[in-house]
Amino acid sequence: MKLQVNGVMHEVEASPTARLLDVLRGPLGLTGTKEGCGEGECGSCTILLDGLPVNACLVLAGQAEGAEILTVEGLAAGQLAPLQQCFVDDGGAQCGICTPGMLIAAEALLRRNKAPDDAEIREAIAGNICRCTGYQRIVDAIKHAAVVRAGGAS
Amino acid sequence: MTGLVGKPGRRGDLVRRVRGEVCFTDDLRLPRMLFAKILRSPHPHARIVGLDATKALALPGVVAVLTGKDLPVRFGIIPWTPDEHSLVVEKARFVGDGVAAIAALDERTAARACELVEVTWEVLPPVLDLDTARDQPAIGLGASGKDNVSKVVDLAFGDVDAALRGSALVVEGDYHFEGTAHAPIETHCALARYDSDGLLTVWSTTQVPHYLHRELSRVLQLSPARIRVIQPPVGGAFGGKSEPFGHEMVVAKLAMVTGRPVKILLTREEEFYVHRGRHPMRMHFAVGAQRDGKLTAVDAKTDIDGGAYSSFGLVTTYYSGQLLTLPSFAPNYRFSSTRYFTTKPPCGPKRGHGSVQPRFAFEITLDKIAVELGLDPIEIRRTNAVPGNSTLNGMRITSNGYLECLARVEAASQWKERRSKLGFGRGLGVASSAYISGTNYPIYPNEMPQSAVQLKVDRSGVVTVFNGASEIGQGTDTLLATIVADELGLDLGCVRVVSADSDLCPVDLGAYSSRGTFMNGNACLMAVREVKHKLVTAVAEKLAVPPADVFVTRGFLAARGLENQAIPVDEAIRLAEARFGTLGATGWYKSPPGLGGSYRGGTIGASPAYSFTAHVAEVKVDVETGFVEVVKVWCAHDCGKAICPSLVEGQIEGSVYMGVAEALLEEHLVDHRGLHAGPNFLDYRIPTSLDVGDVEALIVESIDPEGPLGAKEAGEGPLHSSIPAVANAIFDAVGIRLDRLPFSPARVLAALEAKRSV
Repeated sequence: MKLQVNGVMHEVEASPTARLLDVLRGPLGLTGTKEGCGEGECGSCTILLDGLPVNACLVLAGQAEGAEILTVEGLAAGQLAPLQQCFVDDGGAQCGICTPGMLIAAEALLRRNKAPDDAEIREAIAGNICRCTGYQRIVDAIKHAAVVRAGGAS
Repeated sequence: MTGLVGKPGRRGDLVRRVRGEVCFTDDLRLPRMLFAKILRSPHPHARIVGLDATKALALPGVVAVLTGKDLPVRFGIIPWTPDEHSLVVEKARFVGDGVAAIAALDERTAARACELVEVTWEVLPPVLDLDTARDQPAIGLGASGKDNVSKVVDLAFGDVDAALRGSALVVEGDYHFEGTAHAPIETHCALARYDSDGLLTVWSTTQVPHYLHRELSRVLQLSPARIRVIQPPVGGAFGGKSEPFGHEMVVAKLAMVTGRPVKILLTREEEFYVHRGRHPMRMHFAVGAQRDGKLTAVDAKTDIDGGAYSSFGLVTTYYSGQLLTLPSFAPNYRFSSTRYFTTKPPCGPKRGHGSVQPRFAFEITLDKIAVELGLDPIEIRRTNAVPGNSTLNGMRITSNGYLECLARVEAASQWKERRSKLGFGRGLGVASSAYISGTNYPIYPNEMPQSAVQLKVDRSGVVTVFNGASEIGQGTDTLLATIVADELGLDLGCVRVVSADSDLCPVDLGAYSSRGTFMNGNACLMAVREVKHKLVTAVAEKLAVPPADVFVTRGFLAARGLENQAIPVDEAIRLAEARFGTLGATGWYKSPPGLGGSYRGGTIGASPAYSFTAHVAEVKVDVETGFVEVVKVWCAHDCGKAICPSLVEGQIEGSVYMGVAEALLEEHLVDHRGLHAGPNFLDYRIPTSLDVGDVEALIVESIDPEGPLGAKEAGEGPLHSSIPAVANAIFDAVGIRLDRLPFSPARVLAALEAKRSV
């Protein structure tokens, strides 16, 4: 099967009925996408499928053929992307297990809404559960990232 | 100090976390690795009459099957109560107890093979609530087989009955705390490899790698010298990974049997059953006071639902009473706590072990007394602040920022101006608490250090900290790097931290009882100061000045008056290496002897230092729907000294968030069949970004004389009083008392209805 992940076309040997999450983490070695529940409730396996955030635990690998997949590994090539840098600067992570999915959900938001307010940010990450932080610093980091992406001061 | 300690800002390790590069246990993959699944009991209490795994073994892809008889040795975190088997040997004691384990080429095959194991059960009477546990001793879940009792603690200090009789007011009440789960986003995972030279390596999502090391040795009957335990970074734990688990023994044994690496990742559903969450408690409190608000006595009776196994239960039972005597308390106290076994998922320690539930009961009672006497609830706490350096049950106090905590939340919330003045439906509530900075004694009695680090100093200017402590997201690695970098004038990037690997790191007892900052921090400080001394000596000789004139600044060591000849730290390291030989140091922490009361159990709850916390919560109650919104929480926490303030704030915020969730949403319910009411995140509601209000973290620094740079704990204390603060705010808002958690809309509406009909 052919999967386009983070801008690179991969040929993988996997059953089309395998979970996309397992194909990403297994044969493709992209372990940045995490499994927290396996039933679409926690959001830690959030990836972008053609620009839309989905839970990779609920997508079959075959469904992703022909689509553009973005995982946390694809957010930045060299330096940290502004969104990631803001999570670091604003303390938007503690243990870090929910962080990759959270970043992807935030990326999806910032692509369609360049200047989201608090309520829009909270809505956009409502499917991503964080058990450590209480979310405030995550919301701050995403708001901060929107400003940086718009060319504002960091 | 060179400016890193106390500086706000973020941790270096977050860069790898936001790239998804941090390797958690489930991210590890080894060649030829097999996957394990555990078949679990469908009955809350049942005896295995027959077990046949022939069909499972015959399934293509299945490599091995284990049952209880393959792992007959019991284990448990408390040395006096090892009552768990890796897999059931005779009787299952809760729905979810492990019965058989399969290793297969992939997870799906292992799961399918579990369904092919044929078990014949003799169903036994379940015990699914505290009344049954107390009233039907013949079921015999206790160690003697003659009752269902796990542990009884009765302690009394002073003459409680006389003090209550002489009180102007006695407030009595019943309080109920249903259990809650830790629900870390990373479920339990373990991976084992058995090398042909006889070395067993186990990677696990544990908070206690050292205790896991010991129990693996006991269960597998393998010398600890043949076992290596590695704890990769953990994706949230909160107490739920602080004891050895059956699945860890199972993968180790399967690796030994098959000669191949074996991994297991528990499902979210299994996570809820394996549990070890906060104990349900039923509490009866009677508290006396004089007219001026001075408390006279506290009389507490508590029944504790321990679930299937002992876990930390001995400690839980003590903590349910012992940790209440700070920060505001009475001079007379009696508590009687009984932990019962039930045939439910086993309970254990969750953030604020054993003491969050009684704190809830006591702080509401205090609020009732204040209201009854017409006193300000903050004032009554000041009136009863425990004075001096000892509590009535013998706990030593070395630093105390309690009054400042109260003052800070009072000012920040504009308490005086706003309390009871926000109109019907909106209110403010206060509560306060104290917590240990580590337990004074290790779990298994010994005279060795409780924490230790080894420093390796490289001539390139890099210092590596080898430490046994467990990084579980709270930031111990960053804390240690900050201490080392600050003492030696190094950049944070020049300090590497290697944690929790039994082959590489000295023993640390683990990330529990809020011990990391205090104990590991002290160990690290001891080691780095020895290195610093050598650097200073070498630089003094080089500059021909007395060592007392040499100081460390960012990046350099310099001498007073000779600042223009400052020597870069890496050069100072090379000078010291030339002068003293290869550089390194060990540091350790051992708590002072003799802490705690001299009565039986008096050492449980003894800690080298106590943190203090005060909360004010502001709530909005919708009287039509019963929905409670926690608008804002102000939390002031005395952490001694905030070495890494951003980490302290993160712990305060995370604690408040977890506490408010327990106040409003979370309830670990088990039904009449022994089934969890909803072992998933749709039914067991933990807050999303839409469910949480604003939290203001206020750091109070009392500078503890024995803490590292004055520091105490911050990870658990700030949870405790958040729950009663919400309860007391609901009273201020709408005049109802909620004595049973959580404060769901249905309970709020029922209480409002009851109030109207009075």
